[in-house]
Amino acid sequence: MQYFKTALAAAAATAILAGAALAQGKPQEIKIGIATFLSGPASVFGVPAKAAAEMIAEDLNKKGGIGGVPVKLSFIDEGAGGEALVSNYRRIVQDDKVDATFAAISSGSCNQLVPVAEDLKVMNFMWDCGAASILEVKKYRYNFRTQANGTPEMLAVLIYLLKTKPDFKTIAVVNQDYAWGRESWEIFSTALKAMKPDVQVVAELFPKFGAPDYSTEVSRLLALRPDVVLTTAWGGDLDTLVRQAGQRGLLQQSTFVLGIGESSIQRLGKDLPEGLIVGARGDHWFLHPEKKNDPAFKAFNEAFKAKTGAWPIYPVYHMAQAFKALQTAYDKAIKANGGNWPTREQVVDATAGTEFATGFGRPVTLRPEDNQGLEAQLVGVTKSFPGYDFKLLDNMMIFDPRVITNPAGVRSVEWLKTLKPEFAKMDVPTFKQ
Amino acid sequence: MNSTLAILAVLDGISYAALVFLVSVGLSLIFGVLRVVNVAHGSLYAFGAYLAATFSIKVAPLSPWLTYPALLAASVVIGVVCGGFIERFLLRPLYGRDDVLQLLITFAAFMIMDNLQRLIWGVQPIFAAEPLKLLPNVTVFGVNYTSYQVILLPGVALMTLFGLRYFLRHTLAGAVIMAVTEDREASTSIGIDARRVYFVTFIIGASLAALGGALASPTTSLVPGMGADMIVLSFAVAATAGLGQIEGTALTALMIGLTRAFVIYLQPEFEVLVPYLLMVLVLLVRPYGLFGATQVRKI
Repeated sequence: MQYFKTALAAAAATAILAGAALAQGKPQEIKIGIATFLSGPASVFGVPAKAAAEMIAEDLNKKGGIGGVPVKLSFIDEGAGGEALVSNYRRIVQDDKVDATFAAISSGSCNQLVPVAEDLKVMNFMWDCGAASILEVKKYRYNFRTQANGTPEMLAVLIYLLKTKPDFKTIAVVNQDYAWGRESWEIFSTALKAMKPDVQVVAELFPKFGAPDYSTEVSRLLALRPDVVLTTAWGGDLDTLVRQAGQRGLLQQSTFVLGIGESSIQRLGKDLPEGLIVGARGDHWFLHPEKKNDPAFKAFNEAFKAKTGAWPIYPVYHMAQAFKALQTAYDKAIKANGGNWPTREQVVDATAGTEFATGFGRPVTLRPEDNQGLEAQLVGVTKSFPGYDFKLLDNMMIFDPRVITNPAGVRSVEWLKTLKPEFAKMDVPTFKQ
Repeated sequence: MNSTLAILAVLDGISYAALVFLVSVGLSLIFGVLRVVNVAHGSLYAFGAYLAATFSIKVAPLSPWLTYPALLAASVVIGVVCGGFIERFLLRPLYGRDDVLQLLITFAAFMIMDNLQRLIWGVQPIFAAEPLKLLPNVTVFGVNYTSYQVILLPGVALMTLFGLRYFLRHTLAGAVIMAVTEDREASTSIGIDARRVYFVTFIIGASLAALGGALASPTTSLVPGMGADMIVLSFAVAATAGLGQIEGTALTALMIGLTRAFVIYLQPEFEVLVPYLLMVLVLLVRPYGLFGATQVRKI
């Protein structure tokens, strides 16, 4: 009899727990913790992205939130760096009990926070960091990258260069001396060597990150006269380099390729001449040729301009992509759970392999094998247009991510070495502004 | 490296050295007189740059030539207001106490000013190149240089160097400062107001930091964090020269500028290391810097 009572009690408890899991009630809010740069030079990306996150969350909540639940944001400053960043991340996950995190901009931050997210079993979207290696060396369950990585970003820019200026013989690079500057050049130069081995690299310059002066680099490049100068610098560094190079005629002497220059176009204004090749670091541009007449896209851009005084730049779109991915994952998980509110693990299950519409470019797929986002790449050339006091992108090409992203399980650099000159002859649609 | 490239490297080195000297000399002067390593020096440089850009943007529509006095005005305003405030309210209560406290208080000032800078000017890079655009380019062996960088900046650096030398050695105010530097107690006993000397010297040093920033502003993007980079470099120059050595600071800045330029032409990988490598090498051999003298310790 005693045995029967115990078994009955256990069965009842199991039924109650199982029922709770299957029909978990809606929470009061979905808490999202966001790591972004609020201080330091990279705040040129982090602060606009924060403004975008606040704008998107407000809009989302006005429309009822995700699955009827409003979102609530909290931010941590990547500028704090190192242990402080990790401690703050742990705090928002363990104390504030966020449901998901978007971390981060810097690849260094991602390298630090991705293993922590995995340990804490919290879903994390690497919303802007570009180092390909993070998802190449280990398979994660809780970490996803909701945009492309440095490999397709650099490869798209290189193929654009090879298509539009196929006869160049010499190239020089001026990149910031830190992880991104080095890694982006490794990607670019490896692919260049594979697809056009006759090109001579005449200078590899890596000035200090945050350098206030590039006079000597400019002098050296003026003396060397390379056909092409590549830079993947960003923020104030890129602005300074472009202006100092322009003042001394270097921009007119060599073809400049600004690997991720889209974010500087508005600031550089009239100082940016025509004819520079510019990468958008993804499939987004505030006058995207396939979306510029879409009312929702225009409304987003105009709302952001009204809020901040500038048109959106790529970190703004990357932040929006993270929200779109989260929303899509929750919708998918709710549907898979028969309309009931899903558990965190069910949301993670639903995120793998998800394809989501960004609303400002082509859809992005989170590749299930390695959780890497497959995002198209837009590259164009600067040109003046009436009505704008800065250059716009013209002759834009949009590259298919499935073609220019290394296959899952193959390291980027190893894959790039296998490319042949014919690879650059792929058909890519070109769009006028 | 052929002679043409060597001449180009020398020009680049001089241009860079001029700017580095203008910023470092203020740090060195303040240390020489007040014995304070002013960590907030980088913030004064950044504030000078931002205010100069703000003034330039405001006055340029009236006349682009007004941007030059705007640079000078910004330096003076920052030197007097920020420098004066730091010395009077932060440093003065700490004179005679542990040196570490002075270091900490100027570090605190640096952190506060860094945040203030973000609040006032935001995080987006600012650029005000009007003064630079007013002057024509010069061509050397087919390579364009801006007159601003190869003529004006070295010219201002030389004027600052000789002006400071003259001021300290041939004027009464300079003699008073030198007296306080040599022996504060003795100079006080003959009626010199050492506090006032400290105040004025700090304002001059702060103005020089701001002048460096103001003169740099037409050539570079102003971004958050620019002050932190400059304080590290300035300290390397001042320490290599020997803290308090004005002529030494000029020669060290020139040495670092030229070495850096040649390294960029020959072995660019080592560019970032140059100032610090030189500093380590010099301090290993001469712990008081190239031009510093061994100090007698008073017990």
